[in-house]
Amino acid sequence: MSKLLFTGGNIIYPDTGRIKKQDVLVENGRIKAVGTKIPKTGARVIYCQNRYLAPGFIDLHCHLREPGEEIKETIASGCWSAFTSGFTQICPMPNTNPAIDSEALIRFELAASAEAKSARIIPIGACTKGRQGKEMAELGAMSLAGARAVSDDGSWLSDAGLMRRVLEYANAFNLLVMSHCEVPELSQGVADEGLTATRLGLPPVPAAAEAIAAMRDIMLAEMTRARLHICHVSTRLTVDVLRWAKARKIAVTAETCPHYFTLTAEALKDYEPNFRINPPLRSEADRRAIIRALKDGTIDCIATDHAPHTLEAKEHEFENAAPGIIGFETAFSLSYEMLVLKKVLTLPELIARLSLIPAQTLGIEPPAIIPEAEANLVVIDTAVKWHLTREKLNSRSHNTPFWGRMMRGKVIATVLGENHYFDPELLKPA
Amino acid sequence: MLKHLLGIAELNPQEINTILEQAKKFQEVLSRPIPIVPALRGKTVVNLFFEPSTRTATSFTLAATRLSAQCINFSVAGSSTKKGESLLDTVANIEAMRVDGVVIRHTAAGTPHFLARRLNCFVVNAGDGRHEHPTQALLDAFTLRERLGSLTGKLVLIVGDIAHSRVARSNILCLNKLGAKVALCGPPTLIPAEIEKLGCAVFYRLDRILYEADVILMLRLQVERMNANFIPSLREYRQFYGLTRERLLRLRENVVILHPGPVNWGVEMDYDLRELPQTLIMNQVNNGVAVRMAVLYLLAAGRGLLSEGEVNE
Repeated sequence: MSKLLFTGGNIIYPDTGRIKKQDVLVENGRIKAVGTKIPKTGARVIYCQNRYLAPGFIDLHCHLREPGEEIKETIASGCWSAFTSGFTQICPMPNTNPAIDSEALIRFELAASAEAKSARIIPIGACTKGRQGKEMAELGAMSLAGARAVSDDGSWLSDAGLMRRVLEYANAFNLLVMSHCEVPELSQGVADEGLTATRLGLPPVPAAAEAIAAMRDIMLAEMTRARLHICHVSTRLTVDVLRWAKARKIAVTAETCPHYFTLTAEALKDYEPNFRINPPLRSEADRRAIIRALKDGTIDCIATDHAPHTLEAKEHEFENAAPGIIGFETAFSLSYEMLVLKKVLTLPELIARLSLIPAQTLGIEPPAIIPEAEANLVVIDTAVKWHLTREKLNSRSHNTPFWGRMMRGKVIATVLGENHYFDPELLKPA
Repeated sequence: MLKHLLGIAELNPQEINTILEQAKKFQEVLSRPIPIVPALRGKTVVNLFFEPSTRTATSFTLAATRLSAQCINFSVAGSSTKKGESLLDTVANIEAMRVDGVVIRHTAAGTPHFLARRLNCFVVNAGDGRHEHPTQALLDAFTLRERLGSLTGKLVLIVGDIAHSRVARSNILCLNKLGAKVALCGPPTLIPAEIEKLGCAVFYRLDRILYEADVILMLRLQVERMNANFIPSLREYRQFYGLTRERLLRLRENVVILHPGPVNWGVEMDYDLRELPQTLIMNQVNNGVAVRMAVLYLLAAGRGLLSEGEVNE
């Protein structure tokens, strides 16, 4: 029998925005009691004075590379990397090799995730067979096997007729349809179209490439009454499109990623391949628009787009480097620094965008620190300052542009059922 | 002290002047019966051209040879990527054979910058994608100064495919740093976003600005642009953006015409213009060697690589 007692911490309730100082007793993976003066008998005590307890984070968008590219990340390594960063539930995109486009592959993912004993996978199936954009995949069977969302990820469904069918059909199984918005004919470049791309001579991608795709999908969502989710919003133009859609009460949600509110295209000046991301880093005006949209709810939540790549896939001429950066282990700290310390959001508002809202978006039960619930929580120390080093990383890949950055705030413990993680330096086992 | 020549963006006006002054000295060397100096004796420079080039590669080879350096041409157009070897591996392997500098041309912007941060030898950018071609801009400036004296206040009109042109980008930066005014002209499909912020005016109709120009720099039109729908036809391109014999009448009398070569005769320029005294294309080619000698020499000096032997003896 395992007993964990978190004492002296401040519990964050993202649904009400309240913070309350209470102890939490976890017994055999469930929350046994929340209150004061809980007896310590037989429990491992975690001292949480001046620290926060919050529901576990949910990442709507990541890449785990298994099956197919296990050299970059496996389900086990990815789930652990996520778990040590506060994510208890994560949604890997189906752009593996083979693509997750069948019931069998969904079951494979879930089995590997259960074996990992850390974060839990909530599967996303492909919209079309092999993500080829030609024939609809078996959405119903995948849903029955455990998929909660479908997406063709990096291959935007160009065929509007097929996208309409996917949205309509997904309704029967209450699947969220996630769209990586990018009109391919406008997206041949690697840098945001504007002065930086022009100066650096990098092939440009206009903001409209994202916004046009989002607009088409939103109109199809309105027509089909489907639940649409726009992935990694990077531009002001897409924010405007979302604002219009939400004013019309269209069932669309959207995420952005920490790098889009932390960095701009300026960062490309030395052609360092770790800044090669898709969609590309945008202008300062876009960055500010993303932050405003996160505050007012036009962008609903924060996802990581964790995209591991080996050094050999990254160490190339900028435009030939594999696009993407790892994101789990920097997500909370960057969000805390850029949004909470800069007074855009309160800490409970940030937690809502990392946990409650992603759960609502997916249509799953939001994690909550209440008696009888499954233990699904994190301990956050907002006073910790730390630097990202290779030794500390749990992901198999190291492609991040944030080396050497002073990180503010850290998740120091994560619990999901019987799975737990305690920061080896900040929470030494008693 | 120059450590690499990655682009005009990294140079200040004094550094540009130093290179051009040095080139003038080498121009004198090149007029001698034995046009060679021992400055880089025992040093090795490798030309790494990941994109086909005849004149730039030849020009760099001659420049190195006339400084008594050994120059190896490593033509890798496509070959290393075909074998699956990464660029960094290819270049690091060459560096490991103890070369002093590499001259690199590559289709991807920023490749010289990427390598310069990872290698110990000096790196010269001989053209990176659509980004920069600094020695071309330097030799253009050298050629213009030779003909016009100072460039201050002169209007240089650059005509053609600005979007895909490293020559245009390097020239806009270089001419601005030397006090010239720059105007661009081309079809809107070939003008990149916010280019005016680099310090130039943009025109879409050649005849509006042609007469104002003291210098006209014509760019090569890559014929494949037509297939990607940047322009409807070569015929129409010539009609609106070509330096045609009809347009000759609208030029200033003492205008100077440049082209980085190779020229698509009958597209961006009519063949009749080839022999005009205002057309300095061959001067550009000729000056290219002296300018590249100056660049190699100053980079070697910046790294303490120079042998004994005076340049100006």
